Amino acid sequence: MVQIILPAHLRTLAGVSGEVWLELAPPVTVAAILDAVEARFPPLLGTIRDAQSRKRRPFVRFYACEEDLSHDDPDTPLPAAVAEGREPFWIIGAIAGG
Amino acid sequence: MSQVRLLVGTRKGGFVLTADGRRKEWTVSGPHFGGWEIYHMKGSAADPNRVYASQSSGWFGQVVQRSDDGGQTWNPVGNQFVYAGTPGTHEWYDGKPHPWEFKRVWHLEPSAGDPDDVYAGVEDAAIFRSRDGGKTWAELPGLRGHGTGSHWRPGAGGMCLHSIVLDGGSNGGRIYTAISAAGCFRSDDGGTSWKPINRGLHSQYIPDPDAEIGHCVHHIALHPARPSTLFMQKHWDVMRSDDAGDHWTEVSGNLPTDFGFVIDVHAHEPETIYVVPIKSDSEHYPPEGRLRVYRSRSGGNDWEALSRGLPQQHCYVDVLRDAMSVDRLEPCGVYFGTTGGQVYASADAGDSWTAVAHDLPGVLSVEAQTLP
Repeated sequence: MVQIILPAHLRTLAGVSGEVWLELAPPVTVAAILDAVEARFPPLLGTIRDAQSRKRRPFVRFYACEEDLSHDDPDTPLPAAVAEGREPFWIIGAIAGG
Repeated sequence: MSQVRLLVGTRKGGFVLTADGRRKEWTVSGPHFGGWEIYHMKGSAADPNRVYASQSSGWFGQVVQRSDDGGQTWNPVGNQFVYAGTPGTHEWYDGKPHPWEFKRVWHLEPSAGDPDDVYAGVEDAAIFRSRDGGKTWAELPGLRGHGTGSHWRPGAGGMCLHSIVLDGGSNGGRIYTAISAAGCFRSDDGGTSWKPINRGLHSQYIPDPDAEIGHCVHHIALHPARPSTLFMQKHWDVMRSDDAGDHWTEVSGNLPTDFGFVIDVHAHEPETIYVVPIKSDSEHYPPEGRLRVYRSRSGGNDWEALSRGLPQQHCYVDVLRDAMSVDRLEPCGVYFGTTGGQVYASADAGDSWTAVAHDLPGVLSVEAQTLP
């Protein structure tokens, strides 16, 4: 099971209150996680990445194991700690003022 | 007794205000979708409990919400707005071609007869239609494709299709739209084909002030009993057309300034119109710090200031293009919201005003529903 932490606005939109756990077959990648999140929570389609191009929205970031994975190839396998559920995969709304 | 429901979209959520037909005591519910920009909320005339909302965020993009109980509960519907075919390009700020990119929905317009049939005006400018209650959206590509689309340019606020007026009368297939900063466009065949309708507009801020396109139209309004008479608040100038937009004449008359964003028509008097003058395109607040609605009972040119109940000193709010609406009661109720978070209501056609909400987030849109 992979642990996914959504930003507050997307938790509301998805109708969940805490972290999300999803079963994923290996290899666990950013793309596979987002595929699973969108399949489980259809209202999130298009809110994390563009639904057509599948490009990450500019003000969304992906963190895991104290690393910023936002610019990595989304098909790169994630660290074993994420794949095994020992470390969460964070989807973050980038910090902005105002 | 009849009721009025106000659908108020703000910078940080949607609010629903309700009152009975006296329109004295208001109940406020919300925020719905707290923290999100709610560009527009509008109910269906065919089923007033069906309400659509455009929910937008710079982080998470576009969501469309639908309520089937008058705004008490909501469910997200479709948010895929894909331009038809190869989208092509429009002009960018530097004059170079720029690909069409969907950014957000500015305006939702349910059709008169079917609550599942709804139009969306979006940025970058295009019109979409859903026939399944917002689950799926398809572009009406004849608007962008009619010939001038590749020359449209965004204004400072983006290139948005912000006004959709459906003529459900004898010209049942007629649709008017307005785009910043391209101008007005009309379809006479239900949205299949379109043409620019900007003759008579004069805009000093474009190279050819009388050009076919490029005018920054801020809002248009129409009375259902006069479907060929349109009123327009342009970037500067208040205009009217009596031939479905084929020709426009200026009716700014004695307004203190003819810059502004909103314009609306009295529910029962097709020649009574309302605007809120704003000082200038560089100072977006009321002249002299006095918030005044101006009413013309002659379809323009002769205007009277309506200020009773409105702040008459130190008021520096703006009233944005979709933030005025009227109800259908007698006397006609008029409503508007400000960037300062006030919602003002008049139950006497504008003669006097009361702030029915004081401290909401900046108001983007106000729509009134008249309920049995």
